[in-house]
Amino acid sequence: MDIEKTDIEDIRRNVEEICAPWEGRPGNLIMILHQIQNRYSYVPRRISFEVAKRLSIPLARIYEVITFYNYFKLEPPGKNIVSVCMGTACYLKGAPSLVERLGQELGIKPGESTRDKNFYLQVVRCLGCCGLAPVLTVGQKVYSNVRPEQVPGILAEYRQGAVV
Amino acid sequence: MVKAVINSIPVEVPENTSILDAAKTVGVNIPILCKHPDLHASAACGICVVKMKGSQKMPRACCTPIEEGMDIVTHDPEIVSVRKTVLNLILSNHPNSCLTCGRNTQCELQTALADFGIREEPYDKLLCSAPLDSTTGTIVLDPPKCIKCGRCVTVCQEMQNVWALSFLERGIETRISPAGDISLGDSPCVRCGQCSAHCPTGAIVEKDDTEKVWAALQNPAKHCVVQIAPAVRVTLGEHFGFEPGVNLSKKIYTLLRRMGFERVFDTNFGADLTIMEEAAEFVQRFVHGKSVLPLITTCCPSWVDFMEKMHPDMIEHFSSSKSPHEMLGVLAKTYYAEKQGLSPADIEVVSVMPCTAKKFEIHRSREMSASGFQDVDTSVTTRELSRMIRQAGIDFANLPDGECDPPLGDYSGAGTLFGTTGGVMEAALRTAAFMITKEKLPRVEFENVRGLKGVRETSVTVAGKEVRIAVAHGLANVEYVIEKIRKAKKDGAPLPYHFVEVMACPGGCIGGGGQPYGVTDELRAKRARGLYSDDKNLPRRCSYENPYIQQLYEDYLGEPLSKKAHELLHTTYKPRPMYQR
Repeated sequence: MDIEKTDIEDIRRNVEEICAPWEGRPGNLIMILHQIQNRYSYVPRRISFEVAKRLSIPLARIYEVITFYNYFKLEPPGKNIVSVCMGTACYLKGAPSLVERLGQELGIKPGESTRDKNFYLQVVRCLGCCGLAPVLTVGQKVYSNVRPEQVPGILAEYRQGAVV
Repeated sequence: MVKAVINSIPVEVPENTSILDAAKTVGVNIPILCKHPDLHASAACGICVVKMKGSQKMPRACCTPIEEGMDIVTHDPEIVSVRKTVLNLILSNHPNSCLTCGRNTQCELQTALADFGIREEPYDKLLCSAPLDSTTGTIVLDPPKCIKCGRCVTVCQEMQNVWALSFLERGIETRISPAGDISLGDSPCVRCGQCSAHCPTGAIVEKDDTEKVWAALQNPAKHCVVQIAPAVRVTLGEHFGFEPGVNLSKKIYTLLRRMGFERVFDTNFGADLTIMEEAAEFVQRFVHGKSVLPLITTCCPSWVDFMEKMHPDMIEHFSSSKSPHEMLGVLAKTYYAEKQGLSPADIEVVSVMPCTAKKFEIHRSREMSASGFQDVDTSVTTRELSRMIRQAGIDFANLPDGECDPPLGDYSGAGTLFGTTGGVMEAALRTAAFMITKEKLPRVEFENVRGLKGVRETSVTVAGKEVRIAVAHGLANVEYVIEKIRKAKKDGAPLPYHFVEVMACPGGCIGGGGQPYGVTDELRAKRARGLYSDDKNLPRRCSYENPYIQQLYEDYLGEPLSKKAHELLHTTYKPRPMYQR
């Protein structure tokens, strides 16, 4: 779905649907932004403009919240989301070298997508399975006890034409 | 009242006074970089830490209310050492470009570092990489120089309700920027420059146009004329050792002549003319029912920009009269040019304004080129003029008095009042009353529109009819007035006001974004007093009494709101998007 080409009335309907249940509730902006990101995989600027109007808040306030929290994205992420756990256990067991290797292989930094939009790399805090450290996930799939030299093989599973 | 002790000095202050303010009352200055008297405390900078006897903590004086019986130490070697560490940390994120910075010698951070004798940098540099933003053409944002004190953000969001600036990201990534890292020129910024007037460093400064002025003055083909705004005469002296509010019009006339201007005009004359047109508009609407009420003043370019972006439904209420500075500009290139046998192409009009937004106003629409050329070529702020005086080696303080030039110089007391909140209203009422009754007012002062209260609602009686008025300054205060008008219109209720004055900057132009630094309400009051005493001491205090105004209408314009007046002195407004991107 290309949000830039979506009809403004469709956008307003979606924004209304997401905002209405939170009407007048304190702290609603964060909940609304969560739902927007769940629906669109990021928070598109066109949507933010409509949310600002709907909630009668300045656009700048929305961006302050979006950029304060690591969770929200301003750009659509690549198709395969690679999340590297940097929780304490994973960190100590070598997660930084995984991030480094992923960065080299993909040519991006955490928080960025590859140019072909196939991968998005992010760093996350504890995934809740410290016994498997260091851990990374691609989409819903968990890879445990990962060593940097395994990274190219893991990525290959998700490259164009790969048999999954 | 609360009794406490600061550095062994007994202190008694009202409840909820911060330790910072309490200390000031007994002559103790606690250093601070984030708290500004106009703004609430944010505890952002961390150098105002103090000690309290009986506590291990070091609270921040700016946001800790003093309490009964507190025994506070504000300065000892340990506190000073903590402050130095904090300053060193700030310095580690700050470029060392003082010598080429717009705030050099006037920077609060530079002063603090000098005061604390910081001689080396113990920490590695880590600088913000966001680019310089000069897209508004009025102010320049230089993100690496920002110390994240938050003053500009509070000013932009709370004082002005513009929300162009915000804090994006957090921690070391924190930066001031419009939503989505767009440029300020594409943001809702109304160019009021209050951010630059409150910034403690050179992170936001006025765009410097002094080179353009020097170039014009050096160009033998150009006939350079200059005008000074009402509010500049009572503030420029602050840069040269005068008390705030001292009226230096006559020294400034001499100064500008020595700088090389062929004619020295006064925006106060333009203000008298604006009053003639605006008061005539008011009379048309109020007495003759032509077009809607209330009439809203439009001398302030930031307010115009704000209204076009945020409240375009108010356009029909806007006075079409141009600001005094634009009226003077167009007359310099038409009326004056014709009298002198000069081509407007050869005339360079420079304006000295208290304002950053005037740099935008001079080309905001094609009506600002009513002479066929841009009516005002360059606009510089009070701060820029100060620099030019020093560059020119002029001993400003000891200049002899001079006079301004006819036919665009002499002004009435009403004209000079334009520089302060309430002044345009008072000036307009003086002339409107005369236009309605054809009689001189027995008393020209309208004291109830004066003062620094954010919104002043009152009424006056003109020819037996009540005129309900509102005066608002500081853009956040405008919302209340606009909402009231909007609601009355929607409900079909009687109008809350007939006449509304708005100025974007707190205090009006005397507190403008291009004025000398360090503004507080106390300073605003002093500057305003300077204008009120100028008014009081003038032989003519109403715009219609100005003989040069009378002559201008006789010789050139006909009468207020004539066809010619409309061509030259009036403008139009249109809705504009808040965000260009």
